[in-house]
Order: sequence, then C-alpha cells, then structure tokens
Amino acid sequence: MSTFDVQAIRAQFPILSREVNGKPLAYFDSAASAHKPQAVIDAQSRYLAHTHSNIHRGVHALAQEATEAYEAARETVRAHIGASSTKEILFVGGTTDGINLVAQTWGRTRLGAGDCIVLTRMEHHSNIVPWQMLALEQGFDILVVELNEDGTLDGEMFEAHLARNPKLVAFTHVSNALGTVNDVKHWTSRAHDAGATVLVDGAQSVPHLPVNVRDLGVDFYMFSGHKTYGPTGIGILYGKEALLDAMPPYRGGGEMIGTVSFEKGTTYNELPYKFEAGTPHISGGIALGAALDWMNGVGMPALTAHEHELTQHAHAQLEGIEGLRFYGTAPCKAGVVSFLVDGVHPYDLGTLLDQLGIAVRTGHHCTEPLMDKLGIPGTVRASFGAYNTVEEIDRLAEAVERAVSMLR
Amino acid sequence: MASVIDERQAEIAEEFAMFGDWMEKYEHIISLGKELDPLDPEDKVDENLIMGCQSRVWLAAKLGDNGQVVFTADSDAIITKGLAALMVRVLSDAPAADIASAKLSFLDEIGLHSHLSPTRSNGLQSMVKQMKLYGLAFTAGA
Repeated sequence: MSTFDVQAIRAQFPILSREVNGKPLAYFDSAASAHKPQAVIDAQSRYLAHTHSNIHRGVHALAQEATEAYEAARETVRAHIGASSTKEILFVGGTTDGINLVAQTWGRTRLGAGDCIVLTRMEHHSNIVPWQMLALEQGFDILVVELNEDGTLDGEMFEAHLARNPKLVAFTHVSNALGTVNDVKHWTSRAHDAGATVLVDGAQSVPHLPVNVRDLGVDFYMFSGHKTYGPTGIGILYGKEALLDAMPPYRGGGEMIGTVSFEKGTTYNELPYKFEAGTPHISGGIALGAALDWMNGVGMPALTAHEHELTQHAHAQLEGIEGLRFYGTAPCKAGVVSFLVDGVHPYDLGTLLDQLGIAVRTGHHCTEPLMDKLGIPGTVRASFGAYNTVEEIDRLAEAVERAVSMLR
Repeated sequence: MASVIDERQAEIAEEFAMFGDWMEKYEHIISLGKELDPLDPEDKVDENLIMGCQSRVWLAAKLGDNGQVVFTADSDAIITKGLAALMVRVLSDAPAADIASAKLSFLDEIGLHSHLSPTRSNGLQSMVKQMKLYGLAFTAGA
C-alpha cells in the first residue's frame, strides 16, 4: 500500500473538485460509471485535435496515424487481459453490446429446441434479456443457479445444472449488486468438463481485479470502457479465435467485408474486422487504451488492495448503524457495498445523501430477478474506485446515520 | 380570478419560503408524508399503482358530492409520499376542468422540480399525468 497515494490519484480527476449541493462531491457510483483521469481526457482530445481520420484503407498520413493509434489500443487491451492475439479482441459498444453479439451469432447458430443454457440469479439484465429474446425464437431452456445467503453461487445447484449438459454457461465475474467475486476459473473448468461454452461478464471485474482470460480459460469475456476509467460507447469482447472464426458476422457494412459483389456474392474480412462493421468509435478505443495504461501505471495489485481496504472499511463503518443490513457478504468481494436500513426506503436515503453531496445508486441495479428473490424493492449501493478515500466512507456512514434519523 | 389550484400553489410556495436550508425543507416534506391520510385498503390495489423504477405511488380518485374530484395517494417511499401529499393538497377538491388544465409551478418555486424529472423515475411524474387524466375524464363525464 505504501506506493498507493490516493491524493495524488484524486488530483488526476478534474471532476472530483466539483461541489454538489454546496458540498464536496463524494462519488460512490463507479460501478455504474467511473470518472476519467486527465490522461484519458487528454488521449481522447489529443486524438480529436491532432490525429483524427477514418481508420484502415487510407493512404494519407492521418489515416495511417489514426489506424496505428487504434490498433495500438487493441494491443494494449490484448496485453491487459492476456489474450493470445489481437484477432481475439473485438471493439464493441460495451458489455451489453458484446453479449448481444455472442447471442446473435454464436447463440443463433448453436442453440435450439431441446438445448439448455445456464445463467445465475445475480446476472445483470444485460446477461439475461439477450438470452431470453433468443430463447423465445429458438426454443431452448434457461436454467438459473440460485444463491446462498451470503450472495455466493449455490455450488450444488450449479453442478446439478451442469449435469444436464448445457450448451452455454453465462455468468458474471463480479456481481454489480452484491459485489460477490465468482470463482471463474473453477466454474469455467467444470462447465468445460460438461461440454459447455463459457461466457463471462467482466463489466465489474476488469475495473477492480487483474484479469487473464487465458488463465481463467473462458471462451467469451466482455467489459465496458466507461467503468474502467475510459469513455462511454466503447467496450471489448474477447473470444477465442477458433470460436470467433466459426461464427457468422453480426452486422453487415463497411470494414467487415472481404469483397462485395452483386454477381459473385460477398466475402467477409478476417478477424477481428469481420465483426467491426462501420466506422468505429475511434477516439473511444484510443482513450480506452489510455485508461488501461493508466490503471497499469497505478498498478493493478495496488488498486485491488486499496479497493479491498475501502470495502472492508465501509462494512465496518456502516454495520454499527441500527437496523442496517448488508446484501452480499461473500468472503471474496470487489468494489461494492449494498445495504438497506429497516423502515427506510432506498429512494429516500439516496435523495438525502445527494443533498449531502454523496452520490450512491439506489434501486434494483438492473438485477430485478435478484431483488425479487430477496423480496426487496432494491438496495442502496456504494461502489468504489481508485479515487475514493476512507475519509469519504466515514462521511458516508455519518450521512447515512443523519439521513436515517430524519426519515424515521 | 385566480383558481383555487393557483391559490394553493401560492400558499405552498409561501410556506416553503420560511425554511432556511434543505434539511428543514426535507424534514417538512417527510412530515407531510407521515401525516398523509392513509389510502382506504380497497384503494391500495394494483389498479391504482403507478410504477416508478425507484419508488411506487398509489393514486385513487372519486367524484365528490359537490362535483369536485377527490384524490387520495400513498407511496412506499416517504419523500415521494410527502411530495404526493403536496400534489393532493393542490389538486384534490377542485373542479375537474381546472385539474385537467392546471399548470403546476409550485415544485419549481420551492426548488424541488428535479423530483418530477423522468430520470428520477419515482412515479411522481406519472402521478401528475394520471391526476390530469382523471380531471379530463370527470370533465367529459360531467
């Protein structure tokens, strides 16, 4: 921890100097979207001011420079998540877009009547609805792994579902509502033993943990740029080359083609371009690369340790509040503390915390099936990033206490 | 001549002008929520439920003997309920046609307009819309 200087990190985030409702902003909503360090803002604006051109196929200097910068970002992503080749790194709109791509290409050609797939109770709507939409058309079954009391996966039920030989197991690495870190390596290995393909939603893990897709063994993995200190509208889909190669294209258009002909039919480009129709979010891709560089500059182990300390501190500070109950008490958690206070609606608490300059998220966190199962309308969620401090968490705990005394 | 609805809005604006800071304002809204007459059990049903993403609002409307529309409301969140109480205070016991054409400005004046924004998704915006629809329906029925 000695190398982690949180004040030096905060100084790199211009937005953190803002006031909200006359109070210094304490931002605890990084799980929804993280703020951007100056290095990322500069990378994006530098590209727009000095380098911009459409990428690939251009012979002029700007086209080449823009292409090089965009492809360099792809290499940064590859190295960051330990993929074998940049052919396995697709730029997509975000995690949701990546899951829809897999559902509509791999899923559409591999899943049919009589098949089943496995999801879990803690999935974000983004890893539920694309499969439900496809299941309606293709007629396969969705099996759901339920959770233990502490918000971990029910291992026995997971094994029982695997015994039915699902074609796909799709689950999140880290729960956005509970903070639970799932044992991706273990369940990927078990799912592969059962003959399933494995998709893992990394939206909440890549911002907090070192991730190596080859070590985890996953077939598909996706994450969003804006949760990893980068821009919105850009994200990554990792897929094993052999799987991506065998998948039909998703969207048709420029860049994804080999040759186009009315007479002889159209052929498709090679990986990864086969899946990247149209002019992409070039500045976003470049800034995403800069964001991962920034995270690596801080150091992933130091970042993970800092956020672990914040999560522990939040649990310790909040648990003394009368009637406060945590949702998600797994031994291994990342970046999220979710709670409710007896007799207090999360909307009311969130509204008063906002008045005190504290940004938390309230509601179902796009996990309605989980909230329904827990029998609650939603939770108050404080989520952490590199720039949060223990002092801010003390402020949060004091503010929760003050708000609760007003509401009771 | 100012309508009864406008008079009530002015009264609320005056009432809130006394508060020095946000805490007093919210404490008042919370107490209005706590004091709001509970809905009749037969009115707290799904048909009267207005779904917000963040909080839920129930709204019931009846035509009173004097031809005025009587609203009752409830919410699972106390701040939403306090704001619903203000809506009821402004629009209930008023002529249906006035409700249908009412311009609600008091939330702006007391600095709570953000609670009516769709991004809040607390059900209040839909509640106001529903109250006006009731006003319209009772006007047509009259």
